[in-house]
Amino acid sequence: MSRLGGLGTAAAALLAVVAVTTLAAPLLAPYDPDFPDLLSALAGSSSSHPLGADALGRDVLSRLMYGARTTLLGPALVICVSSVVGTALAITAAWAGGRVDAVISRVLDVLFAVPGIVFALITVAVLGPGIPGVVAGLAVAYTPYVARVVRSAALRERSLPYVAAAWVQGRSAFAICVRHLLPNLRPIIVAQSVSALGFAVIDVAAISFLGLGVQPPAADWGLMVKSGFDSAMRGQPLEAISAGVLIALVVASVSVLGDRLGRTV
Amino acid sequence: MSLLTISGLALAVPSAGEWRTLVEEVDLTIGAGEAVGLVGESGSGKSMTARAVLGLTPPGARVSGSIVFDGAEVTSLGAKELRALRARRIGMIFQDPRAHINPVRSVGDFLTEAMVANLGLPAREAAARAVRLLAEVGIGDGARRLRQYPHELSGGLLQRVMIASVLALEPDLILADEPTTALDVTTQSEVMAILDELRRERGMAMLLITHDLELAAATCDRLAVMYAGRIVEAREAGSLTAAPLHPYTSGLLLSRPRLEETVHRLLVIPGRPVAAFEADPGCAFAPRCAHALAACGEARPVFDGTVACTRSAELTLQGES
Repeated sequence: MSRLGGLGTAAAALLAVVAVTTLAAPLLAPYDPDFPDLLSALAGSSSSHPLGADALGRDVLSRLMYGARTTLLGPALVICVSSVVGTALAITAAWAGGRVDAVISRVLDVLFAVPGIVFALITVAVLGPGIPGVVAGLAVAYTPYVARVVRSAALRERSLPYVAAAWVQGRSAFAICVRHLLPNLRPIIVAQSVSALGFAVIDVAAISFLGLGVQPPAADWGLMVKSGFDSAMRGQPLEAISAGVLIALVVASVSVLGDRLGRTV
Repeated sequence: MSLLTISGLALAVPSAGEWRTLVEEVDLTIGAGEAVGLVGESGSGKSMTARAVLGLTPPGARVSGSIVFDGAEVTSLGAKELRALRARRIGMIFQDPRAHINPVRSVGDFLTEAMVANLGLPAREAAARAVRLLAEVGIGDGARRLRQYPHELSGGLLQRVMIASVLALEPDLILADEPTTALDVTTQSEVMAILDELRRERGMAMLLITHDLELAAATCDRLAVMYAGRIVEAREAGSLTAAPLHPYTSGLLLSRPRLEETVHRLLVIPGRPVAAFEADPGCAFAPRCAHALAACGEARPVFDGTVACTRSAELTLQGES
């Protein structure tokens, strides 16, 4: 862990706390996140509701604990899909070179030029609002993030002598890519994926905020910023602030972690 | 019939819009079980010649001439046949084992991968065989070594691992590209002795590429000396070192230090080595040759299977003392 430095360790610890809290939400949350207690609607911070209650009287702390599930699961899926597809495309491009490389690289450039939210809007229009549509769109949008970096690393790696040595041993291109290139590229793939995860959290939350991602009454941080926004207009800003701060903290932690992992490569 | 016959091999690479010749008119034969040394300075084209046998030429290179391995023309083989040739029939040992072994995979992975993939051995059997091979190349605690990673082994040990990986496939021909150059002097002779002994036991042929004429003479049956992309002399090892026919061979033999006598200044061949594409139209060695006549700079001497020097019949050159 010393490789991560002080800030990196703090970021990892914060993410670990969020992950544990989320998984153990049923044990830790003081209330049912969906139980409306209309008497305490728009309540401020108190001993019974540390972070207050929302417009329907649901406990904000409990909703934050449960909400991390949808908030983090979506981006995690986006990154899994885009990293796998991106790595496959990158290694194919770097290995084949020439025209294949040119086609793959240009397509990636075009994808890179279009904001992720635009893709998500298209897929949501096709698949309907909800996590599947958002994940499908963002997965396409995030593929170049990983692919472009991995391609350049793979180009360097494939020119190294051990690849030539495997080649003259009569190994197939596929075997060399999977068994030799991939393990050597793993640190770069991991660092780049983690960095992209931070952006994906923001994008998924933003889409939920727009009302196209996670649908109410489910608890979701992006959605809570949105509903908290209305509560703030009615004099109770605690819900929007706490959800917003959590998103910011998680994204910052993920970015720091990605940066530190990248440096130790 | 010889195992490998190279005739009229030429290799050129594109550079700044023109073709740069690296290898020209190379003729070389290797019989089954025979060891041939290919000797020359850096840039003389010796490595390129060996790599051409495996189709491992630089991207965009133009290769002409013929390379016949065991009756089949290598230059016209398809990708699949070429792979089969690399997998089973020809093995290659590289100069720098640390660069040529994947650093993130264990020694065991490196040794067994080819056996499992190319010979179809079960993993357990391949591991047992790897341990036996390591013992043969002088690494005793093979089972432990298989679990280690390349950075945990010294250069000498790693080169033995590389030799073991080639022996594992029992190829008919080993291409050894400066196998001991990256090792320190004390392990060089050891590694070379192991390679030569195991090769002889198994009846494998070897093409040894080196700049060390003495080392090549000690291990090989025949030697070929390359200069500026061409073979200038090719003969039986003993007679080549005792009575060289080409002034360049003689120069190489004389310019090495001896233990027996103290000299203040080593003999050197004046000038610098040239690559094939820089050579003048005449004999490429003529500008550095003590015996050159005006005629040497006009027409390129033809390699007659033994030597490429117009004056070889009249000169008596000094060899190894």
